Amino acid sequence: MSLNIEDNEVDIVIAALRSDLTAFMEKWRPFFSRFHLIIIKDPDVEEDLQIPPGFDHQVFTKSDMAQILGATSINFTGHSCRYFGYLVSHKKYIISIDDDCLPARDNAGTLVDAVAQHIVNLKTPATPFFFNTLYDPFCKGADFVRGYPFSLRNGVECVLSCGLWLNIADYDAPTQVVKPNDRNVRYVDAVMTVPVRALMPVSGINFGFNRELLGPALLPGLRLAGEGKERWETMEDIWCGLCTKVVCDHLGLGVKSGLPYVWRGDGVDVRGAMDSLKREWEGVKLMEEIVPFFQSVRLPSTAVTAEDCVIEMAAMVKEQLGPLNPVFASAADAMVEWVKLWKAVGSQGA
Amino acid sequence: MAEGYSSIPNTPLLKDELDIVIPTIRNLDFLEMWRPFFQPYHLIIVQDGDPSKTIKVPEGFDYELYNRNDINRILGPKASCISFKDSACRCFGYMISKKKYIYTIDDDCFVAKDPSGKQINALEQHIKNLLTPSTPFFFNTLYDPFRDGADFVRGYPFSLREGVTTAVSHGLWLNIPDYDAPTQLVKPHERNTSVLFTRYVDAVLTVPKGTLFPMCGMNLAFNRELIGPAMYFGLMGDGQPIGRYDDMWAGWCTKVICDHLGLGVKTGLPYIWHSKASNPFANLKKEYNGIFWQEELIPFFQSAVLSKDCTTVQKCYIELSKQVREKLGKIDPYFNKLADAMVTWIEAWDELNPSGAAAEKPNGPAK
Repeated sequence: MSLNIEDNEVDIVIAALRSDLTAFMEKWRPFFSRFHLIIIKDPDVEEDLQIPPGFDHQVFTKSDMAQILGATSINFTGHSCRYFGYLVSHKKYIISIDDDCLPARDNAGTLVDAVAQHIVNLKTPATPFFFNTLYDPFCKGADFVRGYPFSLRNGVECVLSCGLWLNIADYDAPTQVVKPNDRNVRYVDAVMTVPVRALMPVSGINFGFNRELLGPALLPGLRLAGEGKERWETMEDIWCGLCTKVVCDHLGLGVKSGLPYVWRGDGVDVRGAMDSLKREWEGVKLMEEIVPFFQSVRLPSTAVTAEDCVIEMAAMVKEQLGPLNPVFASAADAMVEWVKLWKAVGSQGA
Repeated sequence: MAEGYSSIPNTPLLKDELDIVIPTIRNLDFLEMWRPFFQPYHLIIVQDGDPSKTIKVPEGFDYELYNRNDINRILGPKASCISFKDSACRCFGYMISKKKYIYTIDDDCFVAKDPSGKQINALEQHIKNLLTPSTPFFFNTLYDPFRDGADFVRGYPFSLREGVTTAVSHGLWLNIPDYDAPTQLVKPHERNTSVLFTRYVDAVLTVPKGTLFPMCGMNLAFNRELIGPAMYFGLMGDGQPIGRYDDMWAGWCTKVICDHLGLGVKTGLPYIWHSKASNPFANLKKEYNGIFWQEELIPFFQSAVLSKDCTTVQKCYIELSKQVREKLGKIDPYFNKLADAMVTWIEAWDELNPSGAAAEKPNGPAK
């Protein structure tokens, strides 16, 4: 099926955790250049950003953020700075890719247009209520298999598209330490819907979402006490993804995982990963509480928008997880604050 | 790392622990292509249709063959639960086997090639799938973390990384995809591979707990000791109002029971090459009722709850049969017959498999 992608439907949001974006943007030029880019400079980065010419883009720095947000309890440093980009965008779709990722090549050796693939994922239905064994039935050459109920074949709107990574996979610190030389070389040529009630770790490295429908459900909530700049020192995207999946399941919206791949990173700094163990063990331990909590969340039928859902969840987080660790109480507060910011800033011009 | 399909086993052959069950009504010529992979194993051939016909088994295979007369003789009145003129009769093979694992394959399925052109040892991949854990409680975005070159991703809770025992390995098909009749009629030329692109998806994944799927019996392996009694392929074919839903029925029952008992179901690799497209008009006649009934069946299975006392597969299955009678009987009297047949099946299973009859799953029901 050929899908029309309107340029003005898409913003590409990049969190600049490094100042020199030249190589990154040059490599992505064929796929980024037709779209508007929102580049958020990590407030902790001192140097000016280096951005090659020829891109329609807007940069937001620490002072821009302060001016627009006013005083806020949410910490937008590090990887969390990209959420600011989601806030100020006015587009229907947002694609978000980490600045240490480049276009990957598929099994035929062709460079993958990750932006286009995310948009295709978001513009074709998801099928969360019954698993199709040939994966995405809307992909060329595939369909629903025998035994797939016809009433479920329309599917639902897909609002989150989670991509993957070749080379340096998104592993946690312990796994990086144990397997420093492992590279993900397996290109799995599939997109699939993550079934309803199945939870998963959503990686913030490479994804796209429908901002109109998901709105504030993509949120900066959980910040580890020792959060760092390496992906394996964060849990913010994992927390965000769990919230988002619960919201999607409740609202009958779909989440896909699989293609597109991006090519990630150059190498694993084992010493760095070992140092991270000291920081990330906290996140690893917290997951043991976090997952059962999200598996048990049941939202009331009165929650009919993403916003409603986030507020309900924030209250549950405060009540059930708050007593276990102050980091959860802060997350609950951040979720409430985020909805406030969304109402003030995010829904303007939407 | 895509080492994939080495024929030098790191994977054990399991040749004394696995039976290959093949239903057939035509011939077994396809076995010649599978010879390098199947010859070490014992075959159970279930001959459907006219029992007076002789089905020739290629030389050199170790096998037992059962036709309808044999089934009637062995099961007596209980033979009523085994379908006639439908490949659903294959489940007799599961019942009569004494092995721990079963691999079942259709007689129009051949050895496929992976994208590098190498022949796929489907049985070896199924064994790998069954011998490594499943991860039904949390979805791993890099698919099966136990495959070479993969692992659990960041955010995957460590307490869930041991996984659970895999009970079922559901393989896929290249060439003729397993479509229902309406789809076949609309897309007669669609192939799950072509010169221009291949739909070879290099993944194995666990079907999450609480998620149902359409289980195809063309290329399927399972741990008979763990889940065998749930693999009843229903009443299909001659004298029945439905066909081509045998494996679907078994799949829905099996998944509900696996979810209840904390067992895993994998789908994906291996691929086989499916060569024969059956007649879509004939298929439509068989599937007709199924297409309507499945709209009720899916919600039924999605909401099926088994009580805590169901600690064995047989107990789960009997309980399910009661719910079938109670909730589906009103759709069509067929479901009352099917519920009866489900009970008969378990009685027959326990008669033929006395020592393993009440094997409790060691850790009891699932969380």
